[in-house]
Amino acid sequence: MLAHLPVLQVILPLIAAPVCILLRRATLVWLFATIVCVLTFAISVVLLVQVMGGEPIRYELGNWVAPWGIVYVVDSVSALILVIVSGIAAVAMPFALRSAASEIEPDRLYLFYTMYLLCLAGLLGIAITGDAFNLFVFLEISSLSSYTLISLGRNRKALHAAFQYLVMGTIGATLYLIGIGLLYALTGTLNMADLGVRLAPLLDSRITLAAFGFIVVGLGLKLAMFPLHLWLPNAYTHSPSVVSVFLAGTATKVSLYALLRILYDVFGVRFDFEQQPMSALFAIVAVAGLVICSLVAMYQQNVKRILAFSSVAQIGYMLLGVAFATAAGLQASLLHIFNHALLKSGLFLAVGCLVLRTGSSQLANLSGIAREMPWTMAAFVVCGLSLIGVPATAGFISKWYLVSAAIEKGWWPFAALIVATSLLAVIYIWRVIEVAYFRPASDRPAGSPPATEAPLSMLVPTWIIAAANIWFGLDASAPAAITARAAKALMGAGG
Amino acid sequence: MTDLIVGLYNYWIVIILMMVGFYIVMSRQNLVKSLIGLNIFQTSVFILYITLGKVTGGTAPILEKGFKLYSNPLPHVLILTAIVVGVSTTALGLALVVRIKEAYGTIEENEINRMDNES
Repeated sequence: MLAHLPVLQVILPLIAAPVCILLRRATLVWLFATIVCVLTFAISVVLLVQVMGGEPIRYELGNWVAPWGIVYVVDSVSALILVIVSGIAAVAMPFALRSAASEIEPDRLYLFYTMYLLCLAGLLGIAITGDAFNLFVFLEISSLSSYTLISLGRNRKALHAAFQYLVMGTIGATLYLIGIGLLYALTGTLNMADLGVRLAPLLDSRITLAAFGFIVVGLGLKLAMFPLHLWLPNAYTHSPSVVSVFLAGTATKVSLYALLRILYDVFGVRFDFEQQPMSALFAIVAVAGLVICSLVAMYQQNVKRILAFSSVAQIGYMLLGVAFATAAGLQASLLHIFNHALLKSGLFLAVGCLVLRTGSSQLANLSGIAREMPWTMAAFVVCGLSLIGVPATAGFISKWYLVSAAIEKGWWPFAALIVATSLLAVIYIWRVIEVAYFRPASDRPAGSPPATEAPLSMLVPTWIIAAANIWFGLDASAPAAITARAAKALMGAGG
Repeated sequence: MTDLIVGLYNYWIVIILMMVGFYIVMSRQNLVKSLIGLNIFQTSVFILYITLGKVTGGTAPILEKGFKLYSNPLPHVLILTAIVVGVSTTALGLALVVRIKEAYGTIEENEINRMDNES
């Protein structure tokens, strides 16, 4: 059994998804989906412990030897992503019981859980596969199910948001497919490790350059890199709250992981940063995204939209870490992937509680809500402080590592920029806190229902994530150790 | 010159189809037309893979007595997968268009944007 854990990690949610269609009753489906998510999380933790204690795990599907067969590779990077994705999925499940039931029509709930498990399977598959075309297949599995998940929102704008995401996401995946096709034509293999070996003498070819361009832009569309992020604000704002929690914590990060895999394992550090100007390109894109999206977030009237633009800005931080082209910068990026998953999911969980009780995420509807929902708003404040990067929260750790990496590289302006944009985050988080704590409840539009505290099934997951933010802010030894090893592995020292 | 155009005609077809499809998606007004553009864009990629798999003088990749040289079967398999992905995407897109028509009463992009901005 232990030997087959890598493939079970993906197969478990994948097979559980159609079973959900057979179980029509909403509570039964929820129970089944929760058990599956918890088991999946347990498998990912076991894999992480196994990898950190020893060598990377290579699992050949069907016993076909690589490079002819598809190989699943679990090393420190993939194990970290697996834990993040399955962890967020598992924590969001108790939350989904009340939240999904209130936002999605009852006769569609079993379809929601089906798509949720399919999306989970797709994201886990991207994280674990060692084959470039297999990555495309899982990328599309997760993308198609996320389009469906987003379209389940109450507002009709969710349908349009899902359609826009569909068009842009499919273009991205097709560009990635073109890149893989060109690489296959050049080397004759699709296995990522083998591609890295065979591509090494061919790095000066124009085909390699074309493939590189296609893959970076294609995956850039999926990870919402600055000018290619236009689908994200609408998608996160209008989708059901559970979907925002799950997707905000996972989808873009897994696409960033896929880009890192291709950049470091297939093309190699020398090609990316010495032959191609990826350092400059990622730095420009990251800074533009950081500054512009933080500024835009300040002017939004909807809390979910503020958090969506904030997500694009935070992806800027991750790309900035990669742009430094050092192991320290890469470690900071990976740490921020972990911490951002925690804090963004926490923020969206708190907002989901607010939406359940007030029916809307518009700022005007949330005047004075802190009096009626103190625990929810306290969780929002904790995760908001983590977003800003206040010491003793998880966000501070990754910002600290980012600034250290910038100073180590000698890029002082970027270190100052990281601190300055954190101050921008203060502004948009403060807007929400000000409205919730310091405005009178009478400012709410007439006809708003009186609010009470969120139910325990939603409050407990929110506080688990908020507490995790504080825990990993005080004791970051585990994430730091894992990401240090992962960064070394990606930069080319194995492990 | 003839070598550049006639010799590489398969790549020219791929490029033309790709740009036609991409332009249709970008200049969309009608949502169904966007989906058709997306389909054309994806089809060009399929053609790219399959023409790359053809070996000069090779026959279809089915084992048969008397034939020694076969075309590469792997691109065909990859493209079957990609076609399935493309069909699912189109099906999902069309389902969304049906729901959008029910909810908005129109499938013109500018009308929908106007209605979104008003509410």
